[in-house]
Amino acid sequence: MPADRTTQYPTALNEWVVIQVKISKVSILVLALSVSFFSAANAQDATDDVAELRQLVEELRHDYEARISELEGRLARTERMAQGARKDAGDAVALVEQATIDQSSGSSAANTFNPGIGAVLIGRYADVDRGWTDIPGFQPGGEIGTGDSGFSLGEAEINLKANVDNRYFGNLTFSISEEDGAAEVGLEEAWLQTTDLPMGLSVTGGRFFSAAGYLNGFHMHADDFVDRPLPYQAFFGGRYSVDGMQVRWVAPTSLLIEIGSEINWGGGFPASANAESSPGAWTLFSKIGGDMGDSHSWQAGLSHTSADAVNRSGTTNELFSGDSDLTVVDFVWKWSPQGNSNERSLKLQGEFFRRSEDGFFEGIPYNGDQNGWYLQSVLQFARLWRVGLRHDIVDANNGVLLAGTVIGDPGRQSYRDSLMLDWSPSEFSRLRLQYTNDNVLDVSDDQWYLQYIMSIGAHGGHQF
Amino acid sequence: MNRIISLALLLVVPHAANALNVFACEPEWGALVTELGPPDVELTVATTAFQDPHSLQAKPSLIAAVRSADLVVCSGADLEIGWLPLLLRRAGNRQIQVGAPGHFLAAEYVRRLEVPKVIDRSQGDVHPQGNPHIHLHPRNISRVADALTERLIEIDPDNTALYRTRLDDFQRRWNQAAEEWEERVLALNGLRFASHHRSFSYLADWLRLDIVATLESKPGIPPSGAQLATLLEQLTPDPPVGVIRTPYENEKPSRWLSGRLDIPEIMLPFTVGGRDDVIDLFTLYDVTLHMLEQRAP
Repeated sequence: MPADRTTQYPTALNEWVVIQVKISKVSILVLALSVSFFSAANAQDATDDVAELRQLVEELRHDYEARISELEGRLARTERMAQGARKDAGDAVALVEQATIDQSSGSSAANTFNPGIGAVLIGRYADVDRGWTDIPGFQPGGEIGTGDSGFSLGEAEINLKANVDNRYFGNLTFSISEEDGAAEVGLEEAWLQTTDLPMGLSVTGGRFFSAAGYLNGFHMHADDFVDRPLPYQAFFGGRYSVDGMQVRWVAPTSLLIEIGSEINWGGGFPASANAESSPGAWTLFSKIGGDMGDSHSWQAGLSHTSADAVNRSGTTNELFSGDSDLTVVDFVWKWSPQGNSNERSLKLQGEFFRRSEDGFFEGIPYNGDQNGWYLQSVLQFARLWRVGLRHDIVDANNGVLLAGTVIGDPGRQSYRDSLMLDWSPSEFSRLRLQYTNDNVLDVSDDQWYLQYIMSIGAHGGHQF
Repeated sequence: MNRIISLALLLVVPHAANALNVFACEPEWGALVTELGPPDVELTVATTAFQDPHSLQAKPSLIAAVRSADLVVCSGADLEIGWLPLLLRRAGNRQIQVGAPGHFLAAEYVRRLEVPKVIDRSQGDVHPQGNPHIHLHPRNISRVADALTERLIEIDPDNTALYRTRLDDFQRRWNQAAEEWEERVLALNGLRFASHHRSFSYLADWLRLDIVATLESKPGIPPSGAQLATLLEQLTPDPPVGVIRTPYENEKPSRWLSGRLDIPEIMLPFTVGGRDDVIDLFTLYDVTLHMLEQRAP
């Protein structure tokens, strides 16, 4: 605000005085003039006086107008300032009010420190003629298969997360499902992560999703298809969960370079629960990623998981003991116009798996190689609509000795082609229709799925 | 081969160790850091004016940028809730975690508008702490500038004198510009607009614009055809003077409505870089006012 505001009114007053003085001058002149007329002075004098009078009046009018318009301008400015000042005063009051509210809301209610709580509700209707629970040539583990026809509730997932203190972040996810009429609670994740280590390091401990592969780091409700790709089902039992510890390091570079390692003491497939004191599996992983311009982002990963299985039973009762070495190469590329994914976006992702297992299966010497890959693309073609296409395939080469067991050579590949369409009216709800042409068994099967995914509570993360 | 190696080196080149490294979530805060930070500041801005800060993903490039940041400057008030927490967890950088001096949220330093009384997702993607698009009110910029300078000094006390000088210089120029803008505010007083999202609430508060309708019936929920038709019916008797939106919001609903009402559809720059002539905070305000003045009687 200008400092001279307070002096404006006196200045204006002075100017009024000047004008008044001029007006008085004119009056005197007019008086003098009339006197001179009455005294019958000579004409020349009168003409001169009239001219002078005119000039004076003209000057006066000019002065007047200029000053009035200036005063009007000042008045308008003053009004604006007054308005601004009123507004500022109003804002100041509001600010004080808010400060008061902020202070008073700092009550000691027991729920003040509640963690972020989110729940996901999933359910689906399936039309499957020839379902399967294991893939020919692969020892099944985890939760895999097509599921049954009809309506089924998926897992209701509940997640709690918050900073523990200034050193740790904690995350707990449990799932509730129903198996044969009895409710079953599963512990999906229960991990702590450091937040205060230097030099780009972080350590995670507890039960967590392994960083092997790309899709493994996601919750299943974030998937683009109703079910996980075949290699995930074959090699990870749907998902590779680690009970142990992970160390990650992010390089101080403009390109994302991340490397890390995990030790798994738990029994999450493809490891086994019988490992006792020695770790069941370890993983080395690395990820790189970056942008190309505003519109393109990408990430590529490489991981190797080595499991030392002791009487790994999977979901059948046949046992494997030996080494299992799995290498995964993954990539994902995303595009959206100018990097704005609100209306249009395209995602292309693929992962390639190669596993060697060496040991004994049901006591029979076994040295097998298995491969698998999938490639999928999802196009968001309108704000709420996405369409996706996926091809997934696995292939086992286990040798002739194992004929008759669950991993007996099928002599052919298992593959599927899926097409999905989903509609998300908000960030928190999604309905999906999926068609799959399933060739996992030796007869082709047409399968239809209708799925809903609803998130309530804490806002989920937009994981890349 | 040599070229490939040098290209690879360029891609992975480590950040300079000495320069202050700042990660800004939105272009307006990037611009403010350019005004207040040291001249050799190494700045990464996570979004452009054409990207919706609500819906960004925790991209690899951003993880890498946060990893090396000494300071993160964001809007806060849950605007970046979908991606900033993930970046903080993935980056392994203790300097910029919540509560650390390197974690700066601008919305904490201003009075927030539209703090909802009912916090329920049936109301759309509501922000419990109020509207986070705080940067289109000159007083907010001024307050955030003060707070940001205090933070810069806390992180980098060796350059205290520099930061104080930069702040004084900025505030002087900003106040001067703000006084000029105040002269122009009166002509815009009471102008009626429709807006796509509640992106311009602070601008409307400052200019005393009358936002008669938002095209989104609930924040973050795109308008349906039926909703737009209802809106058209409501607005037809007394149409606003224009439909305003940000560069990242879908132009179709605005175009449809403005076409039917025979009023212009106006893409305001919204933030730095939203138009070619908007190169800093000063031009952001100048251009925005200029565009609105075109609609004044």
